Amino acid sequence: MTTARRLMLAGAAVLFAVGLSACGERDQVTVYKQGKYQGKPDTKPWESDPAASLYTTSKWSKGDKTSWESAVRTRSLAQNEYTRAE
Amino acid sequence: MARMKFLCDAERCIECNGCVTACKNENEVPWGVNRRRVVTINDGIVGAEKSISVACMHCSDAPCMAVCPVDCFYRTDEGVVLHDKDLCIGCGYCFYACPFGAPQFPQAGAFGLRGKMDKCTFCAGGPEKDLSKEEFTKYGSNRLAQGKLPACAEMCSTKALLGGDGDVIADIYRQRVLKRGKGSEVWGWGTAYGKPDQKAAPAGAKS
Repeated sequence: MTTARRLMLAGAAVLFAVGLSACGERDQVTVYKQGKYQGKPDTKPWESDPAASLYTTSKWSKGDKTSWESAVRTRSLAQNEYTRAE
Repeated sequence: MARMKFLCDAERCIECNGCVTACKNENEVPWGVNRRRVVTINDGIVGAEKSISVACMHCSDAPCMAVCPVDCFYRTDEGVVLHDKDLCIGCGYCFYACPFGAPQFPQAGAFGLRGKMDKCTFCAGGPEKDLSKEEFTKYGSNRLAQGKLPACAEMCSTKALLGGDGDVIADIYRQRVLKRGKGSEVWGWGTAYGKPDQKAAPAGAKS
């Protein structure tokens, strides 16, 4: 088999593959599973960088859930004016 | 694990609408949508008038989640009920199911066409990258990711509206009730956080 013939066969194979790719069908309808959240996943609040926060007094280590919860708890306790005024 | 809740003290609420304004400003909520509002009962009756700040209570067994036909609701680890606006079809089922009238629908076009549902997010944003422009545009501010509490609760001048970990705010409220010796009824808690098998409260009782 000559080189030119091989090239022609290869070219034809590529053209065939490209041509067929347009015939493929992707799912265009979301299949809903009853009772299961179907949307995008959400990031956790403790995964954000405390330095990126505006005017916050809360401090926690990025990615550390316990320290974030502790910071929010401190903030929650600040709503009690009895502990502030007495 | 923190379980985020709202608590409105009807003895303290002075109907100033500071929470409503704070929410509107913080989340840049469009006209016609009220994520939070103040409801007054027995209006004008001396001694019986009470005001309550109402928004999504992020129920333990949220009816909106149960009825959504496209399952766009989810609950975060902190117990906040959020939804994905990319999935919402604006059908309004959640509005009919919600005992607090929390889901809101912006007008999206002519002839009263409804847009995607919008509601209080407990200032926790939504399923987009935290603190991103996309998240703010779709869901509003993400204060939890900044270590803050919802703007409405933090801005409340009389501290009638408490927001945060359920145990913490319940303790604050308990101490308050003991000091003043009245007003122990917590409006909406039985409906929002009661157990599914709990018996209904007797007629006329405040929940």
